[in-house]
Amino acid sequence: MKVRVFVSLKNGVLDPQGRAIHHAIEGLGFSGVSDVRAGRLIELEVDDSVTDAALDEMAQKLLANQVIENYRVERVAA
Amino acid sequence: MTFRAAVITFPGSNCDRDMAVAIENVCGGEVHRVWHGDAALPEGLDFIALPGGFSYGDYLRSGAMAARSPVMQAVVAAANKGVAVLGVCNGFQVLTEAGLLPGALMRNAGIRFVCREVALNVENNDSLFTSRYFKDQRITIPVAHHDGNFFADDATLDRIEGEGRVAFRYAEEVNGSARNIAGVLNEKGNVLGMMPHPERHIEKAQGGIDGRALFESVVRTLVSA
Repeated sequence: MKVRVFVSLKNGVLDPQGRAIHHAIEGLGFSGVSDVRAGRLIELEVDDSVTDAALDEMAQKLLANQVIENYRVERVAA
Repeated sequence: MTFRAAVITFPGSNCDRDMAVAIENVCGGEVHRVWHGDAALPEGLDFIALPGGFSYGDYLRSGAMAARSPVMQAVVAAANKGVAVLGVCNGFQVLTEAGLLPGALMRNAGIRFVCREVALNVENNDSLFTSRYFKDQRITIPVAHHDGNFFADDATLDRIEGEGRVAFRYAEEVNGSARNIAGVLNEKGNVLGMMPHPERHIEKAQGGIDGRALFESVVRTLVSA
């Protein structure tokens, strides 16, 4: 089974990369974009026996740094 | 008593030899080189240094993989027992990722890699790492980093400031760090993380010697203890 872990910066944490991407979008002539935040998507291929609790623990112990990041775990139907 | 130090090398560390040479030259004693895959540290260490570099290619987050490597469990245990631990640059990132220091080091606010000498203010000369400096001494130490933008929430910042745990502060704008914090101590004062590289300024041929006093502080405190 595929699992997607979305890692994003918490609100209030400045995102220099997002700001640079935003700047580049505007530089390409696109308008109407008011903010850009860059995050990370991590895809795991796991056995069905892997529990939500175990996935949560993986995210907390390694995949996200909870000082600055939030995460969301999503199981993807095969 | 012989001063016993260890320098940890992770895959991608590149300041480990500079760190070992700085400790050998300024502190003397024995300097052990320890590989990240080692589960145990040498016996009877006084001092552990985590060097700069790009451990594990900065994969996931700078310092994240190194913080979960086998040797770090031994470093965390040693730190909790009171052994002095210094993390410089990537070593600072590893210490925050390992939970030994508060906050996190994010991409520089200006996006660019910053590689130059910077002015620092010595905020606290009461720690085992800084006792050979004067309080508010202005020193010059090189930085070389992409992810040096120190972040912590306001409550954490207020707490570490109130407890005198800011060891060094940038005296100029460098990377967007909260309150210009360049170096932070843990609660007990035996763990210091800093982005600037004191090991790169220990003899005149390197362009400055303002980093020497940090290593002199460590050896003086620990050997006379």
